[in-house]
Amino acid sequence: MAEPTERIAEIVGGNDIVLFMKGTALFPQCGFSSRAIAILDRLGAKYQTVDVLQDPEIRQGIKAYSDWPTIPQLYVKGEFVGGSDIMMEMFESGELQELLKAPSPTDGA
Amino acid sequence: MPMAASEIERLIKAAIPDAGVTIRDLAGDGDHYAARVVSRSFVGMSRIQQHQAVYAALGGRVGGELHALQLETAVPSKETSNG
Repeated sequence: MAEPTERIAEIVGGNDIVLFMKGTALFPQCGFSSRAIAILDRLGAKYQTVDVLQDPEIRQGIKAYSDWPTIPQLYVKGEFVGGSDIMMEMFESGELQELLKAPSPTDGA
Repeated sequence: MPMAASEIERLIKAAIPDAGVTIRDLAGDGDHYAARVVSRSFVGMSRIQQHQAVYAALGGRVGGELHALQLETAVPSKETSNG
């Protein structure tokens, strides 16, 4: 089995928008994760989620990966964007809309 | 384990001496806080870096001992208006 860091890099690299969270989009298990999902849904984003409660290695590994102590964590096009507080600030300022609708580098003509 | 708001403020100010710290106890249970931290030292840092600086000040408590800390960081308004 691959190291957690490699698995995380694979998930982050293989999905344009991915949220590491507690629970699922349908049943978030934490208020912060729930807030993150609400923001993404509000923006009509197409995203993948990873339930860290189902995977203790990822749950620990993701904190080291981004040097960020909390979950949820949003990654867009391979870059760590932030947790739910930063998502909310960026949502309110319009930055998140811009970030999510920007075409990925591989989509270009 | 609950942590006092005054302790959170003390730790942040110990690491970021010029910080203006406002803490609200969201649920009244000593375990769910919102903190707003304003410091000149955040100038030129990304939001992620600003939050990381506060997490570092709290020395690994966030995500463990301190489960729920809603965090907002900013530079003093004088600096923002100067661009």
